[in-house]
Amino acid sequence: MPEAAESLIVLNGIDRTFTLGDSKVHALRNVNLNIAPGEYIAVMGPSGSGKSTLLNLIGLLDRADAGTYQLEGRDVTTLDPDEQAKVRSERIGFIFQSFHLVPRLTAAANIELPLTLSGMPAAERAKRVSQALKEYGLTDRAQHRSNELSGGQRQRVAIARATILRPAVLLADEPTGNLDRVTGEEVVRLLEALNTQGMTLIVVTHDQALGARARRQIRMDDGSIVSDVTSKPSQPT
Amino acid sequence: MLLTDSTRFAVQAIISHRMRSFLTLLGIAVGIAAVILLTSIGEGVHRFVLEEFSQFGTNVIGISPGKVKTGGQAPTGIPTTARLLTMEDAESLKQLPHVTGSTPTVWGNSEVEGNGRLRRTMIYGVDADFAQVFSSKVQIGSYLPRGKAGGSRAFVVLGSKLCNELFGTANPLGARVRIGGLHFRVIGVMEPKGQFLGVDLDDTAFIPAERALELYNREGLMEIHVIYAEGASSATVAAAIKNQLKLRHGKEDFTVVTQEDMLKTLSNILNILTMAVGALGGISLLVGAVGIVTIMTISVTERTNEIGLLVALGARRRTILGLFLGESVILAALGGILGLLLGIGIAQLLRLIVPTFPVHTPWSFAIGALAMSAMIGLLAGVLPARNASHLDPIEALRAE
Ligand SMILES: Nc1ncnc2c1ncn2[C@@H]1O[C@H](COP(=O)(O)OP(=O)(O)O)[C@@H](O)[C@H]1O
Ligand SMILES: [Mg+2]
Repeated sequence: MPEAAESLIVLNGIDRTFTLGDSKVHALRNVNLNIAPGEYIAVMGPSGSGKSTLLNLIGLLDRADAGTYQLEGRDVTTLDPDEQAKVRSERIGFIFQSFHLVPRLTAAANIELPLTLSGMPAAERAKRVSQALKEYGLTDRAQHRSNELSGGQRQRVAIARATILRPAVLLADEPTGNLDRVTGEEVVRLLEALNTQGMTLIVVTHDQALGARARRQIRMDDGSIVSDVTSKPSQPT
Repeated sequence: MLLTDSTRFAVQAIISHRMRSFLTLLGIAVGIAAVILLTSIGEGVHRFVLEEFSQFGTNVIGISPGKVKTGGQAPTGIPTTARLLTMEDAESLKQLPHVTGSTPTVWGNSEVEGNGRLRRTMIYGVDADFAQVFSSKVQIGSYLPRGKAGGSRAFVVLGSKLCNELFGTANPLGARVRIGGLHFRVIGVMEPKGQFLGVDLDDTAFIPAERALELYNREGLMEIHVIYAEGASSATVAAAIKNQLKLRHGKEDFTVVTQEDMLKTLSNILNILTMAVGALGGISLLVGAVGIVTIMTISVTERTNEIGLLVALGARRRTILGLFLGESVILAALGGILGLLLGIGIAQLLRLIVPTFPVHTPWSFAIGALAMSAMIGLLAGVLPARNASHLDPIEALRAE
């Protein structure tokens, strides 16, 4: 285990309970996790085991009911909403199963969105967006809307959008869940390439083969981490 | 997020639902058009009435007998215990500083017979200053002569309509006419003056006030009209008149009303009327506002996913609030602009079709209408936008 000082993410005794009517759902139970910068982690487990909840918590979309969360050495458990938004904007990238592109915006405008939200001037944005379009091979799709793009292209737009501000952590919740096998492979290779460049990558997946590619595999069941295995660096196929 | 970017974002959202956005802003447009049209008519009537009243000149002061303690003018023609206004009172006012004319006034309705024809018409008993006070001009002949001796001679000046009716194209000058039981000689005919609030000002005859007192068997004048130099303060002149008459009467048993006061009161009444009519149009504006609330609520529900995404991308609550508020303000403002064009267009069309119909749209109304529509957008957007900014991002992202 790496030292806390050099950790990117430290979760300590995290609990998260949802109340549905009268019943309480324990989505996370006493989760302890230590993640170093640049790691490649697969989170696996049955449906409803708390994988998404864990990812949302790390991405500061959700708050723990108990426990502490340190991101890059800073306690982010009690940040106010505006400070959380700033952290999300600068340090965290989200990738979703259903892409979540804004349908009325072009691919380019979707990729530009985080820059626009951060208040960056238009000229600087244009430069970065065209760079990103080139990197992800989307230049000729720049002016297409979501419904004119294939699933793979949509997810590439989403990845370009999530990474355009060079976040420290990339959180992908079943990123290949809506894609066919071949396209899914492509997307995974893209994510792994980003990880190779130093971005910490956390992928939630159902796919055993996909999970096996990660160096570190975390298994969850009923809100708890039941196994946390770091394998030897595997050779990409 | 930069303002230009938020604006573009909002506009894109509006454009992405062309039909629905158009119908929504049409609701506001109809409301604004109604308000603009109705207030334009109100303002047109306002101006029309004020113009009617100021065609006699605005530097006129009226003095009537009797003092009404509760304010307002004493009803004329009803005998009062107060001391009467006399010819001498009128005469004495001519000497006051700034005063350029003062005419006693007595009026009534009598039959006028001349050139073998008979016509019932308005008779004004006045003096030589009358033409000046009411900015009328003589067309042929001369007006009633000045001076005490001349003032009481049995001369009559005819209004142009009356002259036409009695004499047609014949020369009326020097002709004898009978008014009531008295005989007069025609010495002049006035220039046509047109109508005042529907009353024909040319269907009149002017005789010396003394003759009118005799004709109508009155002891006192009905009113004295004073005209003062342009630029002099009406309050100063009114005060001087009061002083002079108080000196003569020993007490304030008369009422002085300046044309300025009268116009001001009238203007206030007409303003209230315009506002009331505008408020009526405001009801349709309210309907338009409800339309915006509805469509914004639908929009927030439809875009739940997008809101969740924006939060995940680092948007602050305030940014999301601003985006949705901006959308409803822009929607309403566009409606406002359309409504303004519609309202002014219809107003102009009305003027084209019915040229005598008074419509007037002041700039302040146009700007006010735009500000009002933006304000409506803001108010209508508050609730939906607040809901959007308070969405739980996890729920929002999970929503299908
Ligand atoms: N917003 C929520 N409200 C209520 N229950 C929730 C909510 N989010 C998750 N849960 C519940 O918490 C548990 C874990 O959910 P989740 O983290 O989505 O699981 P996974 O992603 O592993 O399938 C599930 O039982 C789910 O029903
Ligand atoms: Mg999940």
